Amino acid sequence: MAFLTLERVSKEFGTFTAVRDVNLTIDKGEFVSLLGPSGCGKTTTLQMIAGLVEPTQGRISLDGHDITHEKPNRRGLGVVFQSYALFPHMTVAQNVAFGLEMRRVPQAERTERVREALSLVQLSSFADRYPRQLSGGQRQRVAIARALVIAPPVLLLDEPLSNLDAKLREEMQFELRRIQRKVGTTTIMVTHDQAEALSISDRVVVMEDGRMTQVDAPYRLYEQPSNTFISSFVGKTNLLAGTWRRSGAEIGGVLLEASAPEIAAGTPVTLSIRPEKLLLRDAGAGRLDGRVASRFFLGSQWLFTVETSLGTMTVTIPNQGEEPPAEGSPVSLDWSPANLRVIADTAAAA
Amino acid sequence: MTPRPSTLSAPWLLAGPGALFFIGLVLLPLALTVILSFHAYDHSTGIQNTFTLSHYVAVVTDEYYLEIFWRTLRIAALTTLICAAIGVPEAYILSRMRDPWRSIFLLVIIGPLLVSVVVRTFGWSMLLGSQGLVNQALQLLGLPSARILYTETAIVIALVHVMLPFMVIPVWTALQKLDPMVEAAAWTLGASHFTALRRVVMPQVTLGMLSGSLIVFGLSASAFAVPALLGGRRLKMAATLVYDEYLQELNWPLGAAIAIIVLVANLCIMLAYNRMVEARARRTLG
Repeated sequence: MAFLTLERVSKEFGTFTAVRDVNLTIDKGEFVSLLGPSGCGKTTTLQMIAGLVEPTQGRISLDGHDITHEKPNRRGLGVVFQSYALFPHMTVAQNVAFGLEMRRVPQAERTERVREALSLVQLSSFADRYPRQLSGGQRQRVAIARALVIAPPVLLLDEPLSNLDAKLREEMQFELRRIQRKVGTTTIMVTHDQAEALSISDRVVVMEDGRMTQVDAPYRLYEQPSNTFISSFVGKTNLLAGTWRRSGAEIGGVLLEASAPEIAAGTPVTLSIRPEKLLLRDAGAGRLDGRVASRFFLGSQWLFTVETSLGTMTVTIPNQGEEPPAEGSPVSLDWSPANLRVIADTAAAA
Repeated sequence: MTPRPSTLSAPWLLAGPGALFFIGLVLLPLALTVILSFHAYDHSTGIQNTFTLSHYVAVVTDEYYLEIFWRTLRIAALTTLICAAIGVPEAYILSRMRDPWRSIFLLVIIGPLLVSVVVRTFGWSMLLGSQGLVNQALQLLGLPSARILYTETAIVIALVHVMLPFMVIPVWTALQKLDPMVEAAAWTLGASHFTALRRVVMPQVTLGMLSGSLIVFGLSASAFAVPALLGGRRLKMAATLVYDEYLQELNWPLGAAIAIIVLVANLCIMLAYNRMVEARARRTLG
């Protein structure tokens, strides 16, 4: 089933190791995101798959063939660059036709396939425009059409949405997913935006410092982050450092009930709880008393920061149409112990 | 809102110094040269106060002058062509270099501009002369020595050397504006390195190459020091011809007429070139 495989792939630039020991198996038709902060090696990994950067070590194979040292123009992969890299002196149709021209596809078939690709990205009426006459979102769709028209086995997207404004970015996320579902092309997307990665991928690969640290479905990644870096990078969270006791974690002299059967008593741990899993109760009614330090109205929800004896906690509650506690009022936090995620501390904790 | 008088006159005051300079240093001498070219000339009495078209007629009907004009055109065109052939790849390589090498080589390319053309041209005449370094090398290899100095070849070689920066710099500027990923995009779509260069990089540096060509052609066609020193007394180009008419023949009106003809011819060629090639390139490149 493995379609694209990276085995122990590393890339060194001089003394700097950009990517180390990446092992990844991607199935046919999957949408996988490489997520991480800038400088984590995700773009280098993508460029190694595209053939633009040669790995220092390791092996990349596609559909059973070793492509580690194959030139980019022989791999036939579709790549969408962060800057889109459209050919400014060619019209939209000429841009899209370029890959077919290189493959010596006959004129009639070429015209037909360009027409299909442009209708897929809903740009049929823009075929004769030049890239400079298009908006950012339109350019992006041209870049996608140009990459898809050659029917590549794998589509590589390098931060495809980062140059778009927030609203357009959201629209294009759905658009990307729609196109990918329709065409069924195996897709790898590089992004530093966790919301983007979570919303459109089948699986997310988190990278830190050139290493892969977790590969999981978006929901599992969010609910069960494997380290404190991931829990705070993917979504917002409250982190509490403490020590593991048999039935819970001891934090600042308080024992918080939680379950983590595989951790030995006495181990230093970090507790992570998402802001939306915390409940705001009247003072004295919850597990942890505190005072509202500030509150922000975000439209669909309220964002609170609450001062407690264990530190400042962030809480979000949905907007139910009535005014919640004011700043300065005493409140109490409550939660379901099942929502407390216990992470054993490692040296890599960020 | 009505602008105050001072804001109305501000643009004139600001443009004034530049305009005065331009009028005093370009338009006025040009006008005087045009007037001079119509004055009659007599070998025994000098410039007359009567007006005539005879100089222009003499120039365009005399084989001697026409040959010099053709030579000027040929040398300028050849120089432009060679500069483009060398300068464009040179600029491309330069743009692909990393610092500090890029800065160093950019300096190497611009460096010659800091040395007077006359000095550089004397350098070439020492290299190309009958006992020069080139001929000594040929003799060492057992080859017959070649007469290079005082030929069109020598002029073209030296002109290419002088003009190359004027081609490299505009092309380099055009390359700087190019998204480096555009070439990578062409590779991923199946283009070889050569095809990517030809189909994607070249068309985008065309504008730079065209403006470089205009500069090189214009400067080569009116070059003086190089043809004067490397062409010798017999192999004249337009600028050296004008010089000789003024200072050897003392026939200033004829010299002025030749200068005006060269100016007009140069202008016509450049405008036509601009119309034909550049306008079309600009339409697609924006």
